[in-house]
Amino acid sequence: MSTPSSEKTKMHIDPTERAWMRAAIVVLVIFAVSVTIAGFMLGIQVPTEEQRVNPQTIQDAPPWSEPGVREIVPGEKYDVYIVSKRFFYEPSTVEVPVGAEVTFYVTSTDVQHGFKIQDTNVNFMAVPGEVSKLTTTFNEAGTYDYICTEYCGLGHAAMFGSVLVTQ
Amino acid sequence: MLTDTTTTPVYELTKSDKKFVGWHILFAVAALTVGALFGPLQALQAAGIDLYPKIDFLFIEINGVNSYYQGLTLHGVLNALIWTTFFITGFTTLVVIRGLKRGLAIPILNRIGFWMMVAGLVTAAIPLLGNKASVLYTFYPPMQADTLFYIGLVLVVVGSWIEGYGFYITLWRWRKDNPDTRTPFIVLAVVINMVMWQIATLGVAAEILGLILPWALGWVDGIDPQLSRTFFWFTGHPLVYFWLLPAYASWYAMLPKQAGGKLFSDTLARLAFWLFLLLSIPLGFHHQFVDPGVPAGWKFIHSLLTFGVGFPSLLTLFTVVASLEYAARKRGGKGLFGWIRALPWGDGSVTAQLLAGILFIFGGIGGVANASYNVNLVLHNTAWVPGHFHLTVASAVTLSFFGISYWMVPHITGKPLWKPKWAVASSWIYFSGMLIFSNAMHTVGLLGAPRRTPLGLAPYVPAEWNGHLFRVAVGGSIMWIGLMLFVTIVAVTAFQRKRLPEGEYIDVPVAESLDDPQQAPVWLDRWKPWLIATVVLIILAYGPQLIDQILGIELTSPGFTN
Repeated sequence: MSTPSSEKTKMHIDPTERAWMRAAIVVLVIFAVSVTIAGFMLGIQVPTEEQRVNPQTIQDAPPWSEPGVREIVPGEKYDVYIVSKRFFYEPSTVEVPVGAEVTFYVTSTDVQHGFKIQDTNVNFMAVPGEVSKLTTTFNEAGTYDYICTEYCGLGHAAMFGSVLVTQ
Repeated sequence: MLTDTTTTPVYELTKSDKKFVGWHILFAVAALTVGALFGPLQALQAAGIDLYPKIDFLFIEINGVNSYYQGLTLHGVLNALIWTTFFITGFTTLVVIRGLKRGLAIPILNRIGFWMMVAGLVTAAIPLLGNKASVLYTFYPPMQADTLFYIGLVLVVVGSWIEGYGFYITLWRWRKDNPDTRTPFIVLAVVINMVMWQIATLGVAAEILGLILPWALGWVDGIDPQLSRTFFWFTGHPLVYFWLLPAYASWYAMLPKQAGGKLFSDTLARLAFWLFLLLSIPLGFHHQFVDPGVPAGWKFIHSLLTFGVGFPSLLTLFTVVASLEYAARKRGGKGLFGWIRALPWGDGSVTAQLLAGILFIFGGIGGVANASYNVNLVLHNTAWVPGHFHLTVASAVTLSFFGISYWMVPHITGKPLWKPKWAVASSWIYFSGMLIFSNAMHTVGLLGAPRRTPLGLAPYVPAEWNGHLFRVAVGGSIMWIGLMLFVTIVAVTAFQRKRLPEGEYIDVPVAESLDDPQQAPVWLDRWKPWLIATVVLIILAYGPQLIDQILGIELTSPGFTN
């Protein structure tokens, strides 16, 4: 910032407050560094730009005409396509094996929905016109519900599905 | 017992100015009252107790299930948008006039702005009450509300801009007449807030005027939901600073006076507010961390910028606490923390703001978690989020506005505060309810409970959530009792027959500072460099991605009603 001509430009800061300001900067830098390490070294990433689609015609062609599980490498790598609709997911159950790398592709054909798989880091918006994508690994067998976390209309509270993770 | 009774006012607002401020507060408190009615209903619904059918006579269209979302929309719009905006413009009017010790430059301009806001409120209320705009206060397309809802919002925002212009012109003329005097800090603070609001609301203006209205009116077939979200959150995060900065202004420059002390550092208070102007806006993508249509790199940049705005917040924490400690020690307070007891806890206005500040510490900590890029994955759209913002807008802001009202209503009406001890109690009740409510919301959110959902109806709720949802219901109900006590106290104060004794006058508390404001560096009293820096930073942080999204626009989503 430019300092205009004036004698009174020296800033008085109490020593205690100066120390506080330094500490504040250090703390904020620590936060920023932690997030950076977690995101870019440990690979805990948020969704990024994936693909634009037309919500009105997306289900006319594969893969969205038949959403569900695609086995890429048996037991190791799976893609899962899920379409969010008022007020259900298509499909409402998917089955994948324990320990496999599973990538979820989710879109919406009507309004905005949420998509959150409980007890995982998979949590994103399902926006019409866009495809959301995140990858996770289920390390324990069991049922993991995916629930709609964005208000989408009268039936919103009933909108959910389940991932069945099998041995 | 009010802090500041004196017989010789420094500068008194004219009767008509006081009335004008009073109209703002009247509409604000009325909106708060109606909106807050739905708070405990939502909280009880979470615990499986559905009272909505019991009050369906309040709705023009009667529909049991629908009422939850209609109620939630009314709660969000009336409390988060209307109560705040009306209170803030009223408070700003009073602060500008009293701080500069002169009337508004063009009073009619502010009056036009205000009544435009009222017209907007009425226009939006018609579809809201008729269940034609149950789209929640974020109104994400392609869910579509009645056109009147959007027109009402536009009128409220444009009305607040016009009131803003009235303040800018008033300050500009004062500066011309007083070229060598530093703008009084408190005036600088509230006007910076209005300018920040003016810039920030360009996002929602672009969303409504550019995308939503042409689509709602049927001129185009579709809308781009992703671009709408980006425009919305351009405004959406600075919106919370628009609510917060007037409370900060009171904590910095009024509360110390009420507590019997002085502002610890006028210079750093100014610096903090300029930094809020600079940093409040270019960080909206931190609300879109899990959006599919925004590149991760931009999200990361906005996460870092959000940590940046943490700096003036931490500066505020220090200065406010230091000012309070100074006041408490002057009052005989001793000990490392023992001085806290020496603060005037018997004063309802002070207590409300102190409790607001305490809750805000937790709000701030939670906010850092929200802003932390990938940490957000476990929090996004869970009950944690409303748990968080009830500590900010519904505590730091709302409780502070309670406190301000406890001197402001007597000030503008010339009537004594009704039941001052109840005023103290109201804040403690609200505070206690909020501790229970927000703690339960944060916890159940971490366990995976979604926000904006009548969990009493949801089929996937595991048993382990139930105890927390019960606490949500208990806390939410207690908050409502505290809030209704506040409403009753200010209503009776304003409409009682009793007046202050002859010669007694309740002044606006304006704290002196320990350092001489004239010693503040000139660059802390110059608008141009800060405005330029603000615009440049917005262009850098938003420009490329915004242009990308605008060029890639696809109007493929038709509207849906709920």
